[in-house]
Amino acid sequence: MRNAFIDELIEITDQGVNSFLIVGDLGYGVIEKFQDKYPKRFLNAGVAEQNMIGMAAGLASSGYKVFVYSIANFPVFRCLEQIRNDVCYHSLDVNIVAVGAGLSYGTAGYSHHAIDDIGAMRSLPGLRIFTPSNTNEVRIAVRESIAKCGPNYLRLDKGGQECFPNAKNYHSPFWVEYFSGEDLLIISSGEILSECLVAAELLLTMGINVTVASVGQIKPLSLDLNRVESFCQILIVEEHSILGGLFTAFAEYAVLHGFSQKISRIGIPDSIHAELGSQKYLRQFYGIDARGIATAAFNFLNN
Amino acid sequence: MGLDSEKVARKARISSLLMCQRSSSSHIASSLSVIDILSVIASEVQLVEQGELGNELIVSKGHAAAGVYAVLAHTGYLSISELENYGKDGAILGGHVTNKFVKVLQLSTGSLGHGLPFALGRALSRKLAGVDGNSYVVLSDGECDEGSNWEAALLASHLGLNNLSIIIDRNFLQSLASTEDTVSLESLSAKWDAFNWDVETCDGHDHAALTSAIFRNSTKPKVTIANTTKGYGVSFMENRIEWHYRSPSLKDLQIALSELQPEL
Repeated sequence: MRNAFIDELIEITDQGVNSFLIVGDLGYGVIEKFQDKYPKRFLNAGVAEQNMIGMAAGLASSGYKVFVYSIANFPVFRCLEQIRNDVCYHSLDVNIVAVGAGLSYGTAGYSHHAIDDIGAMRSLPGLRIFTPSNTNEVRIAVRESIAKCGPNYLRLDKGGQECFPNAKNYHSPFWVEYFSGEDLLIISSGEILSECLVAAELLLTMGINVTVASVGQIKPLSLDLNRVESFCQILIVEEHSILGGLFTAFAEYAVLHGFSQKISRIGIPDSIHAELGSQKYLRQFYGIDARGIATAAFNFLNN
Repeated sequence: MGLDSEKVARKARISSLLMCQRSSSSHIASSLSVIDILSVIASEVQLVEQGELGNELIVSKGHAAAGVYAVLAHTGYLSISELENYGKDGAILGGHVTNKFVKVLQLSTGSLGHGLPFALGRALSRKLAGVDGNSYVVLSDGECDEGSNWEAALLASHLGLNNLSIIIDRNFLQSLASTEDTVSLESLSAKWDAFNWDVETCDGHDHAALTSAIFRNSTKPKVTIANTTKGYGVSFMENRIEWHYRSPSLKDLQIALSELQPEL
């Protein structure tokens, strides 16, 4: 996803967008393409995230569309007040790009697990949150960030494929459906969609037909209301704490719209784990791999 | 601009005392400390509004809002009548600096350590656009505790941003005690010098000294350590911690005004 981001940034800059890229001393092997082509639109701010966001605000207030690139939690938590006060309060065109959504940097340990970032960022006024599930959606999110003024947060997986086959119902680029079962609606956001799709296949072999929907924009929450209302049971899957992320956003929406469906969720529990390993391993550990999702779906339908 | 900065400062001291008394709000001593610095900047250069590049004012010590607004009103950047609503319900001006309604302020502040990083972004933008002007950034001395300033200090000199001019209101008092008894800053000038800034120290209430220090040219980013007295101009407020918090009573106000305008 990071390469798709840089390629798209170069493309929009080629097309005349007044962009500026600041990196927090990260992006080796990824950002050089932009740096080489647009050296005067590039800055490595060093390992200093507070200053990096403050500077981004200053550049944006001077007319630039600023993209701040770093990994995992660094451009969120270390500088949350700068995002709140300098960027959001002033409604500036600062786009915060965090590579390493969820457990992407699994072996790097807890400091690098971006599993509560959405919760923190959702509470900031005027900030849009994009959670693309594939590289095509990264490009759409970058374009959307430019089209809409104000701050944006792009939460990118480290890896990610170009697209998933058999996508349906493009009512919005940020609500994409796969499969067309009627027993259950599984909603996910981000690259964890890949696990949901395998889970759907597993469930099919058990005679359970589900629809999987991928939400590419968590704030404002992008839902197809008609589709959601047509299901009796909904399972939310997220590679994020069970607090503050997609489920929280969905639950708020469900309560306010008087949903009567049964809703359940799986995600990362609200407790500290020192567990580390690959993303694949950690998804399994937290029960949000394909098998865990299929099991949760089965139990949800049968209880 | 060519305004008489001494006159501006005198009027601003009176206005900010009235504002804090009427609204029962804090930080009068911080305002009295920084008013001369702000008066010199706002009187000597034409400051640009938000969205323009040029000479820019960024007040990082946002709690000195009463003093900031008073100076801006007496230099024509803000309506003087608006000062009367300061701190009232629904007012546009309150206890920490906001730029929502004051176009000449580039950044809303209140949490310390935000002004300088923002100013780096502005200074870099001007460099890249080939536009003249300086970012004048006003910091408190206690604010130098904030690590974000030192992140910015490292990068500003690395980038050679000599279109940055920061002024530290060095009154030696912070929230609970003196700066040196809290987290000692000395030698403050040696610290900035070590970060490869052009450092000058001056009397922060002497307008001629402030003018020559703040507007000097250098090949490096500039820092002026302006030695000030917290609560300057009102004898019973000078160097007194409690005036970081207290608002003047009517009686306090009368005594303060008689000291500031003895001719009346």
